[in-house]
Amino acid sequence: MSTVFIALQTNEETRPIIEAIEIDNPKAVVNRQPAMVKIDAPDHLVIRRETIEEQLGRAYDLQELQINLITLSGNVYEDEDTLTLTWNS
Amino acid sequence: MQIDLRTVSIEPQRNAFDHLVRRFGDKPASRYQEGSYDIQAAENLHYLPTWDPEQQLYDASITKVAMKDWYALKDPRQFYYSTYTLTRARQQDTTEANFSFVETRGLADMMSPELREAALRLLVPLRHAAWGSNQNNTFICGYGYSTVFTQPCIYHAMDNLGIAQYLSRLGLLLGDVEALEAGKKAWMENAAWQPLRRYVEDSMVVRDPFELFVAQNLALDGLLYPLVYERIVDDYLSVKGASAVAMLTQFMAEWFDETRKWVDAVLKVAAAESDQNREVIQGWISLWSDRAAAALVPVAEIVLGKDADEAVAEQIAALKARVQKTGITI
Amino acid sequence: MDMKVAKKKLGMKERYRALTRDLGWEPSYQSKDALFPYVKYEGIKVHDWDKWEDPFRLTMDAYWKYQAEKERKFYAIIDAHAQNNGHLNLTDARYLSALKIFLQAISPGEYAAHKGFSRAGREFPGVGTQVACQMQAIDEIRHAQTQIHAMSNYNRYYDGFHAFADARDRIWYTSVARSFFDDAMSAGPFEFMIAIGFSFEYVLTNLLFVPFMSGAAYNGDMATVTFGFSAQSDEARHMTLGLECIKFMLEQDPDNLPIVQAWIDKWFWRGFRVLGLVSTMMDYMLPKRVMSWREAWEIYGVENGGALFRDLARYGIRPPKGWDDAEKAIDHMSHQFMLGLYQWSFGTSLHSWIPPEEDMDWLSAKYPTTFDKYYRPRWEHIKKLKAAGTPFKNFGLARLCQCCQLPSVFTEPDDPTMACHRETVYKGEKYQFCSDGCKDIFEHEPEKYIQAWLPMPALFREFGGDVPAWMDWVSLRDGSDNGDYDGSRDQKHFNEWRNLATSNR
Repeated sequence: MSTVFIALQTNEETRPIIEAIEIDNPKAVVNRQPAMVKIDAPDHLVIRRETIEEQLGRAYDLQELQINLITLSGNVYEDEDTLTLTWNS
Repeated sequence: MQIDLRTVSIEPQRNAFDHLVRRFGDKPASRYQEGSYDIQAAENLHYLPTWDPEQQLYDASITKVAMKDWYALKDPRQFYYSTYTLTRARQQDTTEANFSFVETRGLADMMSPELREAALRLLVPLRHAAWGSNQNNTFICGYGYSTVFTQPCIYHAMDNLGIAQYLSRLGLLLGDVEALEAGKKAWMENAAWQPLRRYVEDSMVVRDPFELFVAQNLALDGLLYPLVYERIVDDYLSVKGASAVAMLTQFMAEWFDETRKWVDAVLKVAAAESDQNREVIQGWISLWSDRAAAALVPVAEIVLGKDADEAVAEQIAALKARVQKTGITI
Repeated sequence: MDMKVAKKKLGMKERYRALTRDLGWEPSYQSKDALFPYVKYEGIKVHDWDKWEDPFRLTMDAYWKYQAEKERKFYAIIDAHAQNNGHLNLTDARYLSALKIFLQAISPGEYAAHKGFSRAGREFPGVGTQVACQMQAIDEIRHAQTQIHAMSNYNRYYDGFHAFADARDRIWYTSVARSFFDDAMSAGPFEFMIAIGFSFEYVLTNLLFVPFMSGAAYNGDMATVTFGFSAQSDEARHMTLGLECIKFMLEQDPDNLPIVQAWIDKWFWRGFRVLGLVSTMMDYMLPKRVMSWREAWEIYGVENGGALFRDLARYGIRPPKGWDDAEKAIDHMSHQFMLGLYQWSFGTSLHSWIPPEEDMDWLSAKYPTTFDKYYRPRWEHIKKLKAAGTPFKNFGLARLCQCCQLPSVFTEPDDPTMACHRETVYKGEKYQFCSDGCKDIFEHEPEKYIQAWLPMPALFREFGGDVPAWMDWVSLRDGSDNGDYDGSRDQKHFNEWRNLATSNR
């Protein structure tokens, strides 16, 4: 088992994103630190555009993640609807 | 009872970094200055490149142009990353609105098929020429000397990628995926495009950063942009009813107007430095602009037909006048 | 009647391909070798550049849009920080030593990366790879500039920042980072990508940035926090470029494996040595600490590095050769280097100090197997000497490692009581190293490393050992930039100004 993670800035914009990640990744652990939120998950983490849109109340382009992303770990796969992090371990 | 207030005030100890005080005097420096002067390693380099041991890692001598101080080649726009990006973001907002306008109102379909075809045949292959410019400006940034000279070149390179992408989107909007395929085929095979493609490929083996600056940013783009975006798009296609094309290429026209000021400023200072510099630069301009002009005639013919020769000749005259203002006579 | 043909709706991947890959073409008028002269000599075999995968398919319009938004936020905060005398919010001005190292040694690396990625953005024959490298090149000048801008206000009030440009090229500890980047830039394009794109930007980047930026947050340095998190979002793209690079090379041809493995071994070790500066910053220079270097290593080194190398095992890659020696050094290196900086503080453009009692207790707790046994006694001894009026100062000069250029302050991996020293003779000259890792690197490419400009020998060669003349040359102001924090102008000013801001006395 390998841990993938994503870290986001702590601000109003990332709140719905973090909520969406928690909804779509039941095994994820959310770590809140000053200025940063780090979300760990075993082997695999998926971010879904649709879930974010439900939390946010507007259309969302996954590329907007760029603005508040701090760092991540894992192989990245991206399409219009999802961003996935995985380790093959 | 008297209470004595301590009068320690928070006094700055200095106005600016040492290297900026040496250059500009003891006063606060601008963000452009802080981000551009003397931030490149200058001495005590550790290893010679294994990819070319004849060069240093940062080497002013790989060009025939000689400057006592390469930091004299200031960009009049004073672009550093932030001001550059903010400027382009505003422009891209406008471009998005323009594309959206053309698309939602079906302006492409309102153009006559002949005009639409002409626009596609002229503009879509130019996305490859823009990629050539991206490559060349990336080279100049990588191997040129001094941040002041090289920094604008990476911005210019990314601008050219942006232009190539706008031209690609124009092709998709006016014509779909087939238009891109046809444009590439024309770039590779049609007689009209071969002199230009040859020019671009020949420029890509030039390893003198300043010569390449002249060949790409002055000699070629200095003719191509006004020819295509003013003379043909504005003065011909729009007049005949294809003003949607002008909307889709507004960025290119404005960009050229902005960037020529930078190109001219660099040439002016470099040429004024010495007679040798002026002669070398003059030789390059003559050589490359002759070739560029010849290469652009068949391209202009795509839309202008027999008027192409005259249109190109006008641009050559305009280029001569422009260059004259930098202190160089060609 | 016009028949409107429905336009094909392009998926994200196809659209990106149309807007990037498709821009390039096979040349006819010049050979590919003439256009790309540097891609064969390293022996890496690429059969199909089209197999390159682009994660984060950013077109220029999106790039400008998102980056502009980051820039607006960043400068708004920097401006507010300066206007509000944000420096007075620092826990303590000792913290600034960390920033001084950063500006002198690490920011120049950002600029070097900008140049290196510009070159890579031209020299690779694959459009997807080139575009990703170019975006990194422009990001890196962003980082260099935003760092300088973030620290500019500190320069107005505190010492040690003013001559970062001179320090970069001339002072001794900066050559650690500078030689690292020069090494990468003088390597070929493929090695450059493994060195910086993969080893530095993927394996090691989180060790540098996350704890350090969190440290800035904990210590009231809003300017650096803002820079750090703003820049880190670019880093996510850089990391994916680095990972894609190594996967691409390994998937293109099995013959690439031993070459890539050798580079991983070399660059892990060189990068680890550069991080020696970071370990000291984390353990000693943050008045309010986030976590220890050891803790950061566990999360970002062991856990994350472990996951990465388990993933890459399918290609035949094994963890870097020096990993075990690195692990053995974790509980020692920050202390060894701080002791070094303290004893040579006459020659640093930053302050060091004897850790106060509560700092030493924290270090004991975080390093239960090493601090009290090996390092507290040395600090206590130094403390006694200072109290007696004979502070410990070493005016002798450090022997620098020929490879990493750190002073040889490290000990044997298996014996912390033995100084670690290695030697080799090449063409009649003796060369000295801090470790097996550095010696191995030298012996693989001796012709390269004998060229290095070592600052300490240069001091003797150029200045005949004349320290004041040397200080002049590196623009170090004796009595203000250097020495103990205790009794410094920075300490005096910070306390006076803070007092002014918080009391009416």
